[in-house]
Amino acid sequence: MRKYIFKRIMYMILTLFIIATATFFLMKLMPGSPYANQAKMTADQRAIMDAQYGLNKPVYQQYFIYLIGILHGDFGTSFQFNNQPVSFLISSRIGPSMQIGAQAIILGTVLGILLGAIAAIRKNTWVDTLATFFAILGRSIPNFVFAVLLQFYLAFKLKIFPIALWDEGFRSSILPTIALSMAPLATTARFMRTEMVDVLNSDYIELARAKGNTPWQTVAKHALRNSLIPVITIIGPMAVDLMVGSMVVENIFSIPGIGDQFVKSITTNDYPTIMGLTLLYSFMLVVVILIVDILYGFIDPRIRLSGNEGSN
Amino acid sequence: MADNTSDIKLNADSFKPVAANNVDEQEKISAPSLTFFQDAIRRLRKNKAAVFSFWLLAIIILISIVSIWWTPSDPNAQHVAYANLPPKIANGSIPGFTGKANVGGNIVDKYAAAKVPKGTYYVLGTDYLGRDLFSRLMKGVALSLLIGLLATLFDLVIGVPYGIISGWKGGKTDTIMQRIIEIISSIPNLVVVILMLLLFTPGLGSIVVAMGITGWITMARLVRAETLTLKTQEYILAARTLGESPLRIALKHLIPNLSSTIIIQTMFSIPTAIFFEAFLSFIGIGIPAPNASLGTLLSDGQKTFRFLPYQMWYPAAVISIIMIAFNLLADGLRDAFDPKTQE
Amino acid sequence: MEKILEVKDLQIDFDTFAGSVKAIRNVDFHLNKGETLAIVGESGSGKSVTVRSIMGLLANNAQVTSGSIDFKGRDILKLSNREIEKIRGNDISMIFQDPMTSLDPTMPIGKQVAEPLLIHGSMSKKKAMARAEEVLELVGITNAKNRMKDYPHQFSGGQRQRIVIAIAIVNYPEILIADEPTTALDVTIQAQIIDLMKELQNKIETSIIFITHDLGVVAGIADRVAVMYAGKIIEYGSVDEIFYNPQHPYTWGLLNSMPTLDTDSDRLYAIPGTPPNLLNPPKGDAFAPRNPYAMAIDYEAMPPFFKISDTHYAATWLLHPDAPKTEPPVAIKKRQAEFQRLVAEGKINQPEYEEEGGVKDDAE
Repeated sequence: MRKYIFKRIMYMILTLFIIATATFFLMKLMPGSPYANQAKMTADQRAIMDAQYGLNKPVYQQYFIYLIGILHGDFGTSFQFNNQPVSFLISSRIGPSMQIGAQAIILGTVLGILLGAIAAIRKNTWVDTLATFFAILGRSIPNFVFAVLLQFYLAFKLKIFPIALWDEGFRSSILPTIALSMAPLATTARFMRTEMVDVLNSDYIELARAKGNTPWQTVAKHALRNSLIPVITIIGPMAVDLMVGSMVVENIFSIPGIGDQFVKSITTNDYPTIMGLTLLYSFMLVVVILIVDILYGFIDPRIRLSGNEGSN
Repeated sequence: MADNTSDIKLNADSFKPVAANNVDEQEKISAPSLTFFQDAIRRLRKNKAAVFSFWLLAIIILISIVSIWWTPSDPNAQHVAYANLPPKIANGSIPGFTGKANVGGNIVDKYAAAKVPKGTYYVLGTDYLGRDLFSRLMKGVALSLLIGLLATLFDLVIGVPYGIISGWKGGKTDTIMQRIIEIISSIPNLVVVILMLLLFTPGLGSIVVAMGITGWITMARLVRAETLTLKTQEYILAARTLGESPLRIALKHLIPNLSSTIIIQTMFSIPTAIFFEAFLSFIGIGIPAPNASLGTLLSDGQKTFRFLPYQMWYPAAVISIIMIAFNLLADGLRDAFDPKTQE
Repeated sequence: MEKILEVKDLQIDFDTFAGSVKAIRNVDFHLNKGETLAIVGESGSGKSVTVRSIMGLLANNAQVTSGSIDFKGRDILKLSNREIEKIRGNDISMIFQDPMTSLDPTMPIGKQVAEPLLIHGSMSKKKAMARAEEVLELVGITNAKNRMKDYPHQFSGGQRQRIVIAIAIVNYPEILIADEPTTALDVTIQAQIIDLMKELQNKIETSIIFITHDLGVVAGIADRVAVMYAGKIIEYGSVDEIFYNPQHPYTWGLLNSMPTLDTDSDRLYAIPGTPPNLLNPPKGDAFAPRNPYAMAIDYEAMPPFFKISDTHYAATWLLHPDAPKTEPPVAIKKRQAEFQRLVAEGKINQPEYEEEGGVKDDAE
């Protein structure tokens, strides 16, 4: 197991290195100048700026400086947002994103697991149809449409929640969380239903019934755990959904998070920040996938115990 | 049982031996045999939601085709005087399509206020530039569907061969190809799409290419997994032993057996692509003005949603319906092709 | 001989898209205390459905349309779910066919074996685990103490079937139902499992219903045999009577299709044709179309049970007094000659059970 984790971490570093390299050279190909007020700049001023930020050096030198910077947590300077260091821009904005993301994934998976499990247990009844319908809605309605609807009806019309901004603590996070949780909810419910239907048809469930378990005991003791284990594998794809979703949802609710920052940086050609955030998103994704893999190995005895360490 | 038999009249003939029926006849299959494909279609027909979605999509696609040549009015023509008119049908007697709006607590006939000539009306109203929203919606749906279709072409052109080659060759080739997929898929695909869009000039082509660059990954994975299983099947082994060329095997044996996987994945890819276009246009790097797509309509509508909700409401409803229909149809196809459904 | 279980006139239908499938048609049988009854038949003959109805584990689309299953003075078919759950895994338990899939892959085996004890008894968890360990030892899991926390995938197929058996016997059930417990196992392991079941039957004094399609397995374990075809029992008797003096042409076919040491031809016999479609069960003997000895009456009416001995009955018109004398296949004739010899030599004791209800033995 330890060897496996080490190998995976090496692959992870390699992947991130490739991504960093690719983004760097991609950014160098981008049209336009990086500076915010380039129109007013004279050639001299520009040369001074270039020297200050090292942009006059050959590309390969800039590349090494950039790589070494990353190792020190330095992602360069954003020219669009008051010449702040990208790392500062990100670290000051990551809090709200993390909070909403975590809340959404918890809300979504818990509700999704419940919905999927109930649909599977009551398979082919109206409960199942209803749950499946909700899952399809959650999957089909784009989250920005959903976010706007929530904002319009619950905040603007009914005034139950703040319309936007991040100044009322938890209350501000409720609507964005709900909007963001739709995708993980739908994905989990659908996956959980498929898994659970499979598990409920398996021989060991029949044996559990033959032991004298009531239907609910059977679900609680045997079916739930066995169908929950594979659900862990979809956390990776769900994290991607969340990242994508956070960009629009934060934008709609004017939340000072990294998703909102990413959209703003795109519209202003703020390349250093785009690069930094791309790396950050990739890093988070790789880490999530790694954690999921390791977690899966620990939870599923079939994988945990087939490793080199033998039984227990 | 004993009671039944007591009624039976036994006579000498009763015990005459009867030759057993022809065995061939006994083993005759009574139901007509269906091919795998026919059987799947039969199962699909039983799924009401999928059938309904199919016809709904057919109608939507038909309307989109019509919109290439005809829309009620020019979708890009601006009449600033007629800006932000609410929806109205004919004389305005249908609720929700009256052409009136609530301004500061008073119901105002916007059409009269804008001095729109009698008999002229906009079914879904107009936007801030006075453009007919119904015509724009028709064009927008057509453009979004086109993007969906083109983006899925990448699935077929890159994903399918990639998956087949990776699965079929196995060994080192497979390892390297899978490693590449792993690296690409550890960048959130949206980020790749956005980086690509920054590099190219915005427009239909760059959106399709940007989505195509990452979109084929899932297809390649599915096709590879399926190819790996198919590879060990007896009939493929037989074809290999008989010395058929790999290309012929791929065309004659693999593709037909992969077809259900490919069709189902395509049906899931189209709504994903439509969603991505909407998303990109929504954050402002998608289809450039003045062209209409579902994403640009939503993006424009969102800006004034609080005051003129109809401008976003209709495109939002249409994109949701299209997405739901594609998802229901895809679900139905998957259940039909694979009765023991697996993700 | 005390009857512990009596099934009377059981009829079970399955609702399907095509219509109602008459899976079990008027099945009667009983189980004596301490004996092993084998129910033999090809797949789809209804043997699994019959025993699942005893466990109350029928599929949702199954409907019991008539009959009763009498267990200790109570009709199982009339019990509430709660009451059946109290019987399951306690008084009656079941061993399933496939040991590879019958165990929960994510639960340690000790816990799985102790589970029936915790459900039914007021035993402490610690005591239950100790008992589970004992029973695992009993079914031949070596070093059971250290393996309690292991998971199913760490055991071989044969070992897993032993664990499944341990789960079934941990509460010392009065009836043990084994649904093809050896089918999924290697031949060498099959013999071990059969021996284990015989040994356990002596130790815990349970009655066994043993379902199989393999007559070879039956010879080693059963006291009595019932042969099922197309949802009906067509012949039953002591194991010697079925093996050496079979009367129904279907039983002949089954015995003939089983390889023996003195099978002289180089091809194994196969019964021609396929079982009937039970959506529309035939009016007469369901086996008639495949039966080389079929007579006109076979297509007209269901044969009643004819008595051969106190313990041996067969439902075939061939046994009717008016039926012409038929020549069974050569191999069967050999068996019957052997039977006569064994009886004459007193090597087969014809068991004399008191047969009353549950047997329909006359035609007129």
